[in-house]
Amino acid sequence: MLDDICLGFVLLGITAYAVFGSADFGAGFWDLTAGGARRGARLRGMVQRSMSPVWEANHVWLIFVLVILWTAFPVVYGSIFSTLSIPLFLAAIGIIFRGAAFALRGHAATINEARVLGAVFALSSVLIPFFLGAVIGGVASGRVPVGNAAGDLITSWLNPTSALIGVVGVLSGAYLAAVYLAGDSERAELPDLVRAFRARALGMGVATGAVALAGLFVLRSDARDLYDGLTSGGGLAMVLVSGAAGLGTLALVYRERYGLARVTAAGAVAAIIVGWVIAQSPYVLPGELTLEQAAASDATLSAVVIGVAAGMVILVPSLWWLYRLVLQGRLDQEYEPLDQRFHT
Amino acid sequence: MQTALFAQQVVETLGGGPTPDTVLARQMQALSLAVHIPIVCFGIAFPAMFLFVEGLHLRTGNPAYKALAKRWSKVALILFAVGVVTGTILSFEFGLLWPEFMATWGEVFGIAFGLEGISFFVEAIFIAIYVYGWDRLSPRAHFLTGVPIVVSGFAGSFNVIAVNGWMNNPEGFDVVDGKVTNPQPWDALINTNMWHELIHMYLAGYLVCGFIVAGVYAYAWLRGKRDLYHRTALVVTLAFASLAAPVQVVVGDWAGRTVAENQPVKLAAFEGLQQTQAGAPFTIAGIVEIPKMLSILAFHDPNATVQGLDSVPPDDRPPVTIVRVAFQTMVGIGTGLALLGTVFFVTWLRRRRLPRSRWFYRAVMAAGPLAFVALISGWIVTEVGRQPWIVYGYMRTEQAVTSVDYLEIAYAVLVAVYIGLGAAVYWLLRRLTRKPEVT
Repeated sequence: MLDDICLGFVLLGITAYAVFGSADFGAGFWDLTAGGARRGARLRGMVQRSMSPVWEANHVWLIFVLVILWTAFPVVYGSIFSTLSIPLFLAAIGIIFRGAAFALRGHAATINEARVLGAVFALSSVLIPFFLGAVIGGVASGRVPVGNAAGDLITSWLNPTSALIGVVGVLSGAYLAAVYLAGDSERAELPDLVRAFRARALGMGVATGAVALAGLFVLRSDARDLYDGLTSGGGLAMVLVSGAAGLGTLALVYRERYGLARVTAAGAVAAIIVGWVIAQSPYVLPGELTLEQAAASDATLSAVVIGVAAGMVILVPSLWWLYRLVLQGRLDQEYEPLDQRFHT
Repeated sequence: MQTALFAQQVVETLGGGPTPDTVLARQMQALSLAVHIPIVCFGIAFPAMFLFVEGLHLRTGNPAYKALAKRWSKVALILFAVGVVTGTILSFEFGLLWPEFMATWGEVFGIAFGLEGISFFVEAIFIAIYVYGWDRLSPRAHFLTGVPIVVSGFAGSFNVIAVNGWMNNPEGFDVVDGKVTNPQPWDALINTNMWHELIHMYLAGYLVCGFIVAGVYAYAWLRGKRDLYHRTALVVTLAFASLAAPVQVVVGDWAGRTVAENQPVKLAAFEGLQQTQAGAPFTIAGIVEIPKMLSILAFHDPNATVQGLDSVPPDDRPPVTIVRVAFQTMVGIGTGLALLGTVFFVTWLRRRRLPRSRWFYRAVMAAGPLAFVALISGWIVTEVGRQPWIVYGYMRTEQAVTSVDYLEIAYAVLVAVYIGLGAAVYWLLRRLTRKPEVT
């Protein structure tokens, strides 16, 4: 029971990170693909403005996942971080570049500074979700044994499942970001940006769905257990929910109802993560370690439950207030295309 | 006392592994900590300073105060962002470098990091609301959104230091046949070592942040920038740092005595004391020997017996020279900073003005970097002094390390990344030291 709750916390953290954090990476994707300094300036200005007040809080979900993991499931954490050390190290380096470059770009004084920092920010925003997705792929396809670097350091993350989940991670983040940014642009009353992000949301929504569907065949040949879990019972139900929410989001974006589309887009991502956990249950490390075997002692688990519950009493209202201020536009800075700042 | 040291060495939960490269792993971890900890100082201390200045604005309505508080909060947000990413690296490195440590002990000490994660969350939320909420929330509400930043900064330090205190003085578990059992996470969290470490680090935060920022404005002062904006910046940072500096000496004494009690071998390394002896002397800078001083410092008793390095086998002793030099550096700089702080306070209280000598401002400019050196030295004292143990008396550092090879490549990458990060942050922050044109 306690172990289920703690697994629930990990799941909550991963889902929140995938819904909020990966949208920040997706914003980086659109920043990267916005075109030259002049042409992409309006879009980048919107990315900078939307992300600024929230990206740090969004990032903390990743830390939340790690600390719950190493406290409640320490053997899982040790095994994953030694075997999958290469993609995790690369993701960590990417996290330094992404965060620092984004924060510093807000204070760039010349267009050239902004360009260099922007390129670093945007490129790492694509690499981080890929590597983190590859890590999940390594775990989900049963390539992480219990032990100190007991698995293969290369094939544990350079494999079809990891590549698939890495790519889906990048695409779904871009999809979420486009939906959110279209909504933000509408609030900022910038119709050209609304159109730009709407088109990107629709295109990326279709692309993400297509890759995810094709990915089922990849899983079928590379990670049969995971595939079976996702195509039967609760796993299948969640896949269908995710698909329906994805389609619903496309329809809402098409009809320009971005507020509701935020919710369904997030729901699509959340459902597939829950589906993954159902599909590999009762295992935490497939074929190696069940939830029961992985869980720390009850004293620790109950400490985690008490600690997180007490924390949530403070955290939930704080987060709610932050997002409310953001969605009401009360923390919005004046919009300016990214190259306009330097013409003074 | 000795039995605690050799209590029971535990076995690795993940089953160990071949050819661990402990020294490289330790250096990588030390590098990452040395990058992160100074930034944390700003997270601890800067919010209290800009809130104080905002409070001055609320009371007087003077726009110079608001301009300063606003500027500082922007700097704090940049440094917070850098702290977020460098802190994330640490949480990755715990697993990337020390998987056996995490797998074996995570269930004992992990809850502290769980609570730290919550504090960090609160800090991230409110610093964003604070910085982006200037002129958008009512002045009073805006001021109040700064309070959780200060509180969560303290709570975060509390939790992280709890883990470090625990590594130095492990409790809250049993060992049966070499296996760690029966974890009592709350006992591990509130361990006997954490209080002095916490206060020592918290004050260090005010010293490092205060003197570094004061140094920036001392430079401006020497160049004739002495309006209300610059004057406030200088006085506020100096006041915070100067309050902390003398108190730090007292806390340092408390810390030393606790180490003497809990980790006698570490204390012996501070002084390089080879043999156990009564009335042990203390040597300053390797030259001046003060008889019985170490016994006085460690136990407040000139004739107390101080345990020497020879009380444990050579394998169980920390690298003495590094610890000793770091200790003397920390104590020397700490004493100097306390004197500088006293000069400021005496002048301020008796004359109601800043000191006039140019040398005072030059000393303040030097104090920032020196406080940084003292900070790092202090951490070297406690962390290198803990060696060869990662969990004092229970797990050796080499037992904890990853079996992954090629750490040197990762190390090289990390060095390059930190150099780039440091250069970029310095480049952009330099610009924010100038007074803003519009408020």
